[in-house]
Amino acid sequence: MTLIAESELQSFVLLRLGDRRFAVAATQIAELVPPSRIFRFPHHTGDVEGVILRRGRIVPVCDVAEKLIGKGLKSRRFYLIAQRRYAAQTEWVALPVTGDCELINAEMTLPSDTDAPHVSGWLSHAGDVIEVLNLAALTPGPSDIAAVTPPLQPLEARP
Amino acid sequence: MRPNYPIKSPAPRTEQIILFRVSGQLFAVSSASVQEVRGVDSLSGAAKEISQPSLRKVKHVVRRGENSVYVVNAAMHFGLPPAPPALVFVLRSTRTALLIDGIEKMTSMSRLQALPLAFCHEERGWYRGLTALDQSVVPVVKPDGFLTPEEIFLLDASLSQEAEAEASRIAEDSAQHGIDTSMAQ
Repeated sequence: MTLIAESELQSFVLLRLGDRRFAVAATQIAELVPPSRIFRFPHHTGDVEGVILRRGRIVPVCDVAEKLIGKGLKSRRFYLIAQRRYAAQTEWVALPVTGDCELINAEMTLPSDTDAPHVSGWLSHAGDVIEVLNLAALTPGPSDIAAVTPPLQPLEARP
Repeated sequence: MRPNYPIKSPAPRTEQIILFRVSGQLFAVSSASVQEVRGVDSLSGAAKEISQPSLRKVKHVVRRGENSVYVVNAAMHFGLPPAPPALVFVLRSTRTALLIDGIEKMTSMSRLQALPLAFCHEERGWYRGLTALDQSVVPVVKPDGFLTPEEIFLLDASLSQEAEAEASRIAEDSAQHGIDTSMAQ
């Protein structure tokens, strides 16, 4: 059984990565910009390529293609600048995409328990079933530190 | 009628920084954090070798007054390809001296942006933030981010072990010398 999240239509931006399309809630999108120079410096966060300068802001570039389609992007046409929510604040992240983006209105179906954490729902559009992305699960952030470093377990007495 | 005085906007607060290179990569550090800049050659007489296998970025230590200052190879710290360092920054209020390739220039920054939260690993301890200079983005290093307190503890322990070993070797040598002297008499 599937549940319809809301009977009202919501707006989504469809983005293309290789042959596949994905969706992000339009409320999370800041803008679509042409590729600009990436500034790289040493760091250890695997999914972040570097940063771009946009409107005076320094925006990290997160290539999510490896996670979503299993391979990195050889070419990119735009950066989709999205708002990524963290615990106490929201920051911009730039997602490289390979084709035009499209704004659509659709009903979202809620994810099931078996869906990957980066899936926040599903859309049916033009004969395709499209994943709606949960950017908080897809792009790196402070929770990744917790995932890498297991929390300390209380010591317990063993016989 | 009152005259119209021009309204002066307050001058933006700026911070003097030094842009420096390590393996071709540009970094910035606050000028106030740099106590001294020396050539690598000037260290050779004063520096003593130190070996801590888990900290290959530190190979030398320099005595400065009461403290030991550890010489950190910046290229190894950042995981950059090795390059022959030419200069050393002695960093103020730390026990770190930093081996770098060279100074690019001194300038000032008017805005330091916090490191985006997407960067979530060791780099959060390395950088104070990022600054945009001449349409470029430069990471601004944290002077106390090159050696963690745990790493300094390890190095101190290693140094005191070496000092103890040296002391006991000298004691053995003196004892041996004493025996040799008494035998000679």
